[in-house]
Amino acid sequence: MSDEQRRKERLDRGIKVRADSLYAMMSWRELAYLTVPRLLLIVGILVIPFLMPSMYWQRVISVVCIYALLALSFDLLAHFVGLVSLGGAFFIGTGGYISAILNTSLGIPPLVAIPLAAVLGAVVCTVLLLPCLPLRGVYFAIVTLMYPLVLARIIEALDILGGTDGILGVESFPNRWVEQYFVIAMVLLFLFGLRRLVNTDLGLVLRAVKDNDQAVKASGMSISLFKALAVFIASVMGCLGGACIVHIYMWSGISLFALDFSILPIAATVIGGGGTLVGPVLGCFILVPVSELLREFGTLRIVAYSLILMAFVVFRSEGIMNYGQRKYHQFERWVKV
Amino acid sequence: MDILIYGTINSISLALMALGFALVYGISRVANFAHGALYVVTGFLTWSLFRGAGLNYALSIVLAMAFTGVIGALIFQLFLIRVRGMAISEIIASYAIGLAILEGFRWGGFKGMTYTLPPFMEGSILLAGIPVDYHRILVVAIGFGVVGFLWAFTHFTRIGLALRGMAQDERAALMLGIDSDFMAVVAMAFGSMLAGLAAVVLLPLGNIVVGKGYDVLIQAIAVCIVGGLGSWIGAVVAAFIIGFAQILTVVWWGAHFQMVVALLAIIFTLVLRPSGLFGRQKELEERV
Repeated sequence: MSDEQRRKERLDRGIKVRADSLYAMMSWRELAYLTVPRLLLIVGILVIPFLMPSMYWQRVISVVCIYALLALSFDLLAHFVGLVSLGGAFFIGTGGYISAILNTSLGIPPLVAIPLAAVLGAVVCTVLLLPCLPLRGVYFAIVTLMYPLVLARIIEALDILGGTDGILGVESFPNRWVEQYFVIAMVLLFLFGLRRLVNTDLGLVLRAVKDNDQAVKASGMSISLFKALAVFIASVMGCLGGACIVHIYMWSGISLFALDFSILPIAATVIGGGGTLVGPVLGCFILVPVSELLREFGTLRIVAYSLILMAFVVFRSEGIMNYGQRKYHQFERWVKV
Repeated sequence: MDILIYGTINSISLALMALGFALVYGISRVANFAHGALYVVTGFLTWSLFRGAGLNYALSIVLAMAFTGVIGALIFQLFLIRVRGMAISEIIASYAIGLAILEGFRWGGFKGMTYTLPPFMEGSILLAGIPVDYHRILVVAIGFGVVGFLWAFTHFTRIGLALRGMAQDERAALMLGIDSDFMAVVAMAFGSMLAGLAAVVLLPLGNIVVGKGYDVLIQAIAVCIVGGLGSWIGAVVAAFIIGFAQILTVVWWGAHFQMVVALLAIIFTLVLRPSGLFGRQKELEERV
């Protein structure tokens, strides 16, 4: 055994490439350093439907994208505004029911009904959540957890909107390629749109609301207004997902308010890395197929992903993307001491 | 009259479900979202010891409650203690644990109508012209007994006083030599046993089903939030308010609305007065 010791040295890459700005245009290498991960993601998502072996797995990809939309909305609310919403199912249910009603009662074709339902549903969600916006932390989390449960029970108890049978005969997408690329395009659109949004002044204010709302108040800005705006953006994504899923399954029912839609996006965000926006999408691409593979074991899949969620929250709360980004921005080498 | 009697019984049941949750939150500030799961765990443990292993009923109840206490302590010691103080992580982690336990039971085949426990005493009695079975009267008696016991326990025993000290001011308690982590484990074990007690007392009135876990959790949260998180007197008062409100809606509108009452109670209390009826006002921590 030699007595010379070694240690691992970690160096951050030059500020120019990390800065993500005009300096990156300096050389092809730096340009590639910045664009390759992004292109990999975009091309990967666009190619994935062709790689799927069967119709069933193509359907799974659409569902993944819907969960990705939800996870994005959770990530935006939790890590950029500080509102931890445990009620993803609330957005899905509202959007889904509105789109189903628009389609079955008014005969609006799916591709028009979906955006319409997204906006209308977002308005409904924002208005319903308005009274809870002043709440913080745990209290907001509990309230949002209760919203989908209460709506489901009310629909069940009053027997409105089709009651326990749900709304049948919702029109499907023109064909499955339209269905797939519509949801994929929406995920990419909102993913990169949000990345831009959080770097604008609006994003700055939203993060300020999260970190120190009293300071925002002292600067003469209305916290409730910004929170409401953020909730609106998040619920547009959630309701869009709900509207899509209704047209994919051609049915809208109480199961839209199921816990799956609240828990899985959170698990995906925790695994993928909160606050990165890309992380939640990746998390969905990992979690949802795993849960599909376990589908034949019944509720065991819920056990599986809640245990994964628990393990990540307790032991590795950083998540994949935060870890990956850190490694990507560092050199590592062994040096003699 | 029957509203009065069944309202009281329902209220006491709610109080029994909620006391464990209130105790854990009041002391360790961990909102134990695995509460409902622990309730169901005790039910199935009692069933397997009594029906499966053929033990004495009383013995299997005591054993099942002890097991549940150990499970609760282990959950806290192994997982929740690492995220203590991070409220959201606590909720997500404990909820995930509860979900895993409940859905694990469902996967393991514990479903259907076959799982029942016998009531402690058969027969019924006429109270002011309304038949009430002995078991429901026992529920009320046990409910009052537990509340009285908790009051005495937290006012006259060393551990009870230490727990109250922790709940009031953790740092001061630390300075006086109270091990806060250990006390939180004790509180969690105790809260789990209370959930177990509620289970063995209330489950003979119906079947043991996995879905009960979610209902119990929601009702416990409703009672604790209306009463003010961490306040035990508040929890008991709130149990009576919600209990009677539920019975009244069931009488007037139908059984479907029982859970809606609990859920709406949570939402309205949080929106109007997050501290609940008896919570200490800490406005800035709760809302802006």
